[in-house]
Amino acid sequence: MTDVQIQNLTLNFGPQHPAAHGVLRLVLEMDGEVVERADPHIGLLHRGTEKLIEHKTYVQAIPYFDRLDYVSPMAQEHAFVLAAERLLELDIPPRAQYLRVLFDEITRVLNHALQIGAQALDLGAHTPFLWLFEEREKLMGFYEAASGARLHAAYYRVGGVHRDLPPGLTDEILAWADGFETILADVEELLSENRIFRQRTVDIGVVTAKDALAWGFTGPMIRGSGIAWDLRRAQPYEVYADLDFKVPVGTNGDCFDRYLLRLEEMRQSVGLIRQCIARLPAGPVLAGNPRIRPPTRGDMKHSMEALIAHFKLFTEGVRVPEGEVYAAVEAPKGEFGVYLVADGGSRPYRCHIRAPGFAHLQGLDAMVRGHQLADVVACIASLDIVFGEVDR
Amino acid sequence: MSEFSEGGDPGGAHAALLSGIQRDFPTARGQSRFGDGELQVAAPDIARVLTYLRDEPDLRFAQLVDLCAVDYPERPSRFEVVYHLLSVVHNRRVRVKVVVPEDTPVPSVVEVFPAAGWYEREVWDLFGIAFDGHPDLRRILTDYGFQGHPLRRDFPLSGKVEVRYDDGLKRVVYEPVHLPQAFREFDFESPWEGAPPAAPEDPEHD
Repeated sequence: MTDVQIQNLTLNFGPQHPAAHGVLRLVLEMDGEVVERADPHIGLLHRGTEKLIEHKTYVQAIPYFDRLDYVSPMAQEHAFVLAAERLLELDIPPRAQYLRVLFDEITRVLNHALQIGAQALDLGAHTPFLWLFEEREKLMGFYEAASGARLHAAYYRVGGVHRDLPPGLTDEILAWADGFETILADVEELLSENRIFRQRTVDIGVVTAKDALAWGFTGPMIRGSGIAWDLRRAQPYEVYADLDFKVPVGTNGDCFDRYLLRLEEMRQSVGLIRQCIARLPAGPVLAGNPRIRPPTRGDMKHSMEALIAHFKLFTEGVRVPEGEVYAAVEAPKGEFGVYLVADGGSRPYRCHIRAPGFAHLQGLDAMVRGHQLADVVACIASLDIVFGEVDR
Repeated sequence: MSEFSEGGDPGGAHAALLSGIQRDFPTARGQSRFGDGELQVAAPDIARVLTYLRDEPDLRFAQLVDLCAVDYPERPSRFEVVYHLLSVVHNRRVRVKVVVPEDTPVPSVVEVFPAAGWYEREVWDLFGIAFDGHPDLRRILTDYGFQGHPLRRDFPLSGKVEVRYDDGLKRVVYEPVHLPQAFREFDFESPWEGAPPAAPEDPEHD
């Protein structure tokens, strides 16, 4: 009898698969139902953001950050404006700092709501997705009230935020926060003790603390593995040092721990939102430096200099002194960093974007080896991949 | 040979790190600005420097957070490859830089940090800097079959080819970029920098 030649099956997953969370093309080498190697092909959504930013002024660069991880736009604007502010050595008015933290945390809830909903949907549970999307809808309403746009907010500015909140918005946010905790409890009731959900996530996609460090994981991916690392706590920016919140940490590093962790992070975010609103000081929302701050409409009607300054601010832009900085924020997905090189002109010389999803997706291969095909879906969902930021 | 701006290096931690590095790598240079500590090392040393930074008990920079490159076409050594490390234990960051001319490979650090794999592929793809010893140096972000390295300063913003779906051929075709209006880059003169010095007065027109 001749020897039977057994060949591994190469399976193409995506780029149009609903569980690929965007345009991920995954080439899987399968031994039967077991994954031997996963080779993600990325770049199908590459838009050359970094190249485009080199040709835009600092203000014009901000909207590009909304379009990276389009599930958590404002957190990314934050990293960019922090980098520019460090180069300009600006002081941010306290009200603007609180507004930024407020919207950072709203963004975190937006992101985690999508992640948990989508993960449940990938694993066959439809209801949490619908419930959480309703909440996302309300949160995007807050985005719109503050910035004028539901998704691509472009709300943060170098030196503060674009404009103050409309009257009454803080009360609406507080009213939402009261109702949201019941929704979270409902979602938890549906998923946490759900036999199918647990079978699909417990001990799936285990990341050890050592691996998490070696692969450059950040955010929930590293906290799920038991390393209590949160930039809001370790390297606080804005007013996080004055606020009271807890950093949840996982123990097993599996998909289920990360799910629980994100759920708890949403609760902490709601607490932070309440604290921000309670402490929100009065005052300006943009640094007073006339090189940064556009003149008011009223001034422009009467003062020629104000009109010229306005025109130059929005054509030429702000000249940022020569230097380079790396500024990072704890975005919902992990450490979102901006490495900004300025040459003294009004455009960034180089702006490298460190997206957490890029490092996380790279670790997918190590995570899914030896798992079954269906578990790949659970792992991708748990990595919280959004291709806007992975491909840039 | 170090330069520390005022307030840039609280506690002198970066200066201490630099003198530790210089014991083993005498060519290393460092500075600290805007609160970011920075090291500059020779390209052949990079893997050993990163191993030292990762394993030294006082440092423990166990995470390669970011790896990217910057292009300065007018310099003799055109590229800077920039490594950002993070120490979770000591809550510190450091930036390590390597300067390389065009067409010179940099030793890969995949052995030290597996996370470098994709970052090095990205730098290869976008800048054309090769990494010596990288196990799988394919393009990563650009299209299959892409030509050129788009993040180089001399690569046009509009790119070189455009794609469209051809209904006759029933496939996507690649064509050279055709712009109905040439790309215009405006460079505005700043009124705050002051007017340029006036031309010497012409005595005949006085």
